[in-house]
Amino acid sequence: MSVMHGAILLPILISLFIPLLAKRLPNIHTGWFVLVVPVLLVSYFSHFLPGTMSGETFTARMPWIPSLGIDFVTYLDGLGLLFALLITGIGSLVVLYSIFYLDAKKESLGTFYVYLLMFMTAMLGVVLSDNMIVLYLFWELTSISSFLLIAYWYERERSRYGAQKSMLITVFGGLAMLGGIAILSTLSGSLSIRETYASLESIQGEPFFTVALVLFLLAAFTKSAQFPFHIWLPDAMEAPTPVSAYLHSATMVKAGLYLVARFSPIFADESLWFYLVSSVGIFTLFWGSLNAVKQHDLKGILAYSTISQLGLIMSLLGLGAAALHVDALDDGLYTIATVAAIFHLINHATFKGSLFMMAGIVDHETGTRDIRKLGGLAQLMPISMTIAMIGTLSMAGIPPFNGFLSKEMFLTGVLEVAGSDLFHLPSYGWIIPVLAVVGSIFTFVYSILIVRRTFFGKRQDDKLPKTPHEAPIGMLIPPLVLVSLVVIIGLFPNILSDTLIRPAVEAILPQVVDAGGKIDVHITMWHGFQPEFFLTLLIFTVGFILYKTLPRWQSLYNRMPRAVSLNHQYDALLRRGEQTSTKIHDTVMTGYMRSYLIYIFGFIVILILTALYGFDAFRFAVDPISSIHAYEIILALVLVSSALSITFARSRLTSIILLGVTGYTVALFFVLFRAPDLALTQLVIETVSVALFLLVFYHLPEISRKEERIPFKLGNALISALVGLTVTLVALASLSQRSFTSIAKYYIDNVADLAAGGNMVNVILVDFRGFDTLFEIAVLALAGIGIYTMIKFRQTGGIDK
Amino acid sequence: MKKQAKKHTNDVILESATSFITFVIFLFAVYLFFAGHYTPGGGFIGGLVTASALVLILLAYDIKTLRRILPFDYKWITALGMLIAVLTASGALLFNVPFFTHAHDYFTLPLFGKTSLHTAMLFDLGVYLVVVGVTMTIIQTIGESE
Repeated sequence: MSVMHGAILLPILISLFIPLLAKRLPNIHTGWFVLVVPVLLVSYFSHFLPGTMSGETFTARMPWIPSLGIDFVTYLDGLGLLFALLITGIGSLVVLYSIFYLDAKKESLGTFYVYLLMFMTAMLGVVLSDNMIVLYLFWELTSISSFLLIAYWYERERSRYGAQKSMLITVFGGLAMLGGIAILSTLSGSLSIRETYASLESIQGEPFFTVALVLFLLAAFTKSAQFPFHIWLPDAMEAPTPVSAYLHSATMVKAGLYLVARFSPIFADESLWFYLVSSVGIFTLFWGSLNAVKQHDLKGILAYSTISQLGLIMSLLGLGAAALHVDALDDGLYTIATVAAIFHLINHATFKGSLFMMAGIVDHETGTRDIRKLGGLAQLMPISMTIAMIGTLSMAGIPPFNGFLSKEMFLTGVLEVAGSDLFHLPSYGWIIPVLAVVGSIFTFVYSILIVRRTFFGKRQDDKLPKTPHEAPIGMLIPPLVLVSLVVIIGLFPNILSDTLIRPAVEAILPQVVDAGGKIDVHITMWHGFQPEFFLTLLIFTVGFILYKTLPRWQSLYNRMPRAVSLNHQYDALLRRGEQTSTKIHDTVMTGYMRSYLIYIFGFIVILILTALYGFDAFRFAVDPISSIHAYEIILALVLVSSALSITFARSRLTSIILLGVTGYTVALFFVLFRAPDLALTQLVIETVSVALFLLVFYHLPEISRKEERIPFKLGNALISALVGLTVTLVALASLSQRSFTSIAKYYIDNVADLAAGGNMVNVILVDFRGFDTLFEIAVLALAGIGIYTMIKFRQTGGIDK
Repeated sequence: MKKQAKKHTNDVILESATSFITFVIFLFAVYLFFAGHYTPGGGFIGGLVTASALVLILLAYDIKTLRRILPFDYKWITALGMLIAVLTASGALLFNVPFFTHAHDYFTLPLFGKTSLHTAMLFDLGVYLVVVGVTMTIIQTIGESE
C-alpha cells in the first residue's frame, strides 16, 4: 500500500468516522471536518505537477487478487492528475459551500458527507486506476454514491425517481463496460490499460475489438449524459445543489469523458471511434442547448446546458482522433481538437461550478428557482449577479473569459476536420460545423436568459416564498474563487498550457508523441480575421435576434408530441418491465414452500442426470467398494425407516423427532467414517435445530388434515424417488471413475507449511477458502436480520418502530 | 401472557442441572474454539455449542432469566463478528499483501509456554461471534414473539 493508495482511500476511510463526529459534536457543522480531506488531497496531488510536466508517470502496485491478474495498480499521468486536481479542488470548494447551504439542524449531515466522501474515493479511483476491473469497481461506486446523493431528500418522490433513473442508466453503461473489459482482456491477455496499449498491434484486427469499442463507448455515453442517455441528468437535479455543482457538472459526468480520453490510445485508430464519438457528441451539443432554452427551472437550464457542453467536449475528443490518421503530424493542426477538449473541460468545471452555486444561492435566498417568478434581483444580490454574469458570459463564449477561448478552438477544430479529406467526410462533413454553430447559438440564448430573467427586469416579490437578500459570505467565497479562475484563465490562458493541458493531451495521444510529433499548446486571444471570427460574430448576432424574439417562437417547443419523447419511452419501458415481472412472479412464486422445493429438486435432477448422460458417466465399478459391516447396515436401516416414517407422521411433534433421528444417524455415519468435524457439526446443528423447532412449536397451526389429491402426491413421490436415485447414481459414478485428480492432496501437503495448522478442515475454512467462509457468515448474518425483521414486523402490525 | 404461565414448568431437577451443565458446555465450546486449528473444532462449531448452552438456559428457565444473565443485544454481537472478520481479512492490505493473507508466528507466553498465534484465529473469532449472534437473535426473537 503506497501513499497514493492511501490518498485514494482516505475519503472513504474518514467517512467511517463522520457519523460519530456528527453525533458527538452537534454544535459544529460536520462539513468543517470533511473540508480537511479534499484540501489535504489537493495539496498532495499538486506535488506531482512538476513531474507530469516533464512527462513522468507515477505508479504503485498493491496486490489484491494476483491469481486473476487483478491488482490495485495506480497510475498517475497528466490526464489522471488533471482529473484528480479537479475532483479534489472543486471538491474543497463544494464542501465549503455545502457548510453554508445545508442547515445543521434540519438535515442529516452525517449521511450526506458519508456519501460525498464515498463519491470522492470512487472518482479518484476511477481516474487513477490502471487495472480495468478496479476501474470498473470504482466506476460503479460513483453510480451508487451518486444514486444515494440524488435520493438524499428521499421523502420526495421526484428525488427517488431521479435517483432510480440515473442508477438504471449509468449502471447499464457500467455493465456494458464490464463486457468490454472482458473482451479486451481476453484479446490482450491483460487487465492493465497500459499493457493493453502495448499489445495493441496484435489485437487491433480481431473481430471482437470493435464490439469492445462500442461497449466502452456505451459506458462513456451513459455516464457523460450523451444523447439518447442524457435523460437522467435533468432528473438528477433533485439532489442538493452542492451535489449538482460537484457531481453533475464538474466530476462524475466527466468520468465518461475521462474514459474516452483514457481509451483513446487503444481505440482511436478505428474509424468507428471517430464517427461515433464525434457525431454523438456534436448531436448532444445541439440537442442539449436546444432543450435548455425551454426550461423554466434555473437548475434545469443548467442541467441541459451541462449536457450540451459535455457533448461539445465529447465531440472534440472524437475529432481529436483524426490526429492519428494524418501523416503530417508535426503541424499540430489536428491535435488542436484534443487540446481544445482538455481546455474546455477545465473551463467548464470553473464556470458551470460557479453557475450551479449561484443557482443554489438564488434558491436558498428566494425559495424558488423558477425563472418565471424571479427577476430584478440585481440590486439585492449584487455579488451573486456578478458571479452569474461572469459565468454565463464565459459559457456563451464572450471575450475575455475562458469560455471564449475554448469555443474559438472548438470552432477551429470543427472546421479543420470538416474541411479535411479524412474518412470521406467532404460529402456530408458540413453537418458537423452546422450543428456546432446552431448549438452555440442556442447556448448564447440560454446564457442571456439565465442572467436576464433572474437578475434584471421587474421584481416579483409577491411570488417569492422568502424575502430575498444577499447570501452569507461563506456561500459566496467558493463561486467567487471559481469565477476569478474564469477571468484569470481568460486573460492568461497560457499558465495552463504547459502545466495541465499539454501533459494531459500527451497522455491522450501517445501515438503522436511516439512519432515525434509536437503538441502545440499556445492559446491566443486574437487569431486575426479567420473563419472562426466570423462564425463567432454570426453566433452572437443570430443568438441575440433569437433571444429578442423568444416569446414568438417558444411555443414551438410544445409542438413536439409527448409520446415520442425519450422520457416517455423510458417510463413506458419501466412500466412494461414491471408488469411483465409481476406476471412472471405471480405464476412462479406461489407462496407455498412445496412449490419451491419442487422447482429446486426438479432442476437438480434434470441438471445432474443430463450432465451424467452428457459425460457418459453411467459406468459403475464394483471393486473399489469395501466390505460392509453389520452395524453399517443397521444404521442404514434406521436412517431409511426414520426418513420414510416422516412422510406418514400424523403430528408435527412426531415429524420433528423423526427428523432428529435421521440427523443423529447421519452424524453416527460421520463418526464411523472418521470425519469428526462433520460429526460434531452435525450433532450440534441437530440439537440446536430440534430446540428451535420445539420453541416455534407453540406458534404453528396444526398440520392441516386436508387430503391432497392423489396425482399431486404421486408427483411428489416421483420427484423424491428421482432425487434419491440421482444422488445414488452420483455417489456410485464418482466412486467408479476419477476424471480429475483429487484436490485433497494439495491441502494435505500444504496445511502445515502454508497455514501452520493441523486440522485440515478448519484451515480450509479460515485460510485456503476464507472467502467462502466470510461470505457464508455474511449470508448467515443477513438471514438472522431477516428473520428478526420479519417477526418484529408482524408483531408491530407492519409499523416501522 | 396466559400461555407463558402455563409453559413455565418450575422443574427443579432441570434447572439445577442446567446451571451446572451450562458451564461445562460453555467451557467445552471455548476448548473447541481454541483447538480448532489443530484438532476438530473451530469458530463455527464453538459458536454453535455456545448457542446450544444458551438454548439450554432458555429451555430450563425463560427468556427473561437468559437476558438477566447475559444482557447482550445479539444483533450487535453479529455485527461485531462480521466487523472482526472483515477487518482481519483487510488488515493484510496494510502490509501490502493480498486481502485475506493470514500471518502466524510462535511466541513464548507466560503460563502457556511456546504458543503459535494466528491471525486466522481472529477471523475464527469473527465466525464464532456471528454464529452465536445469529442463532441467539433467531431464538430470542421467536421466543419473545408469543
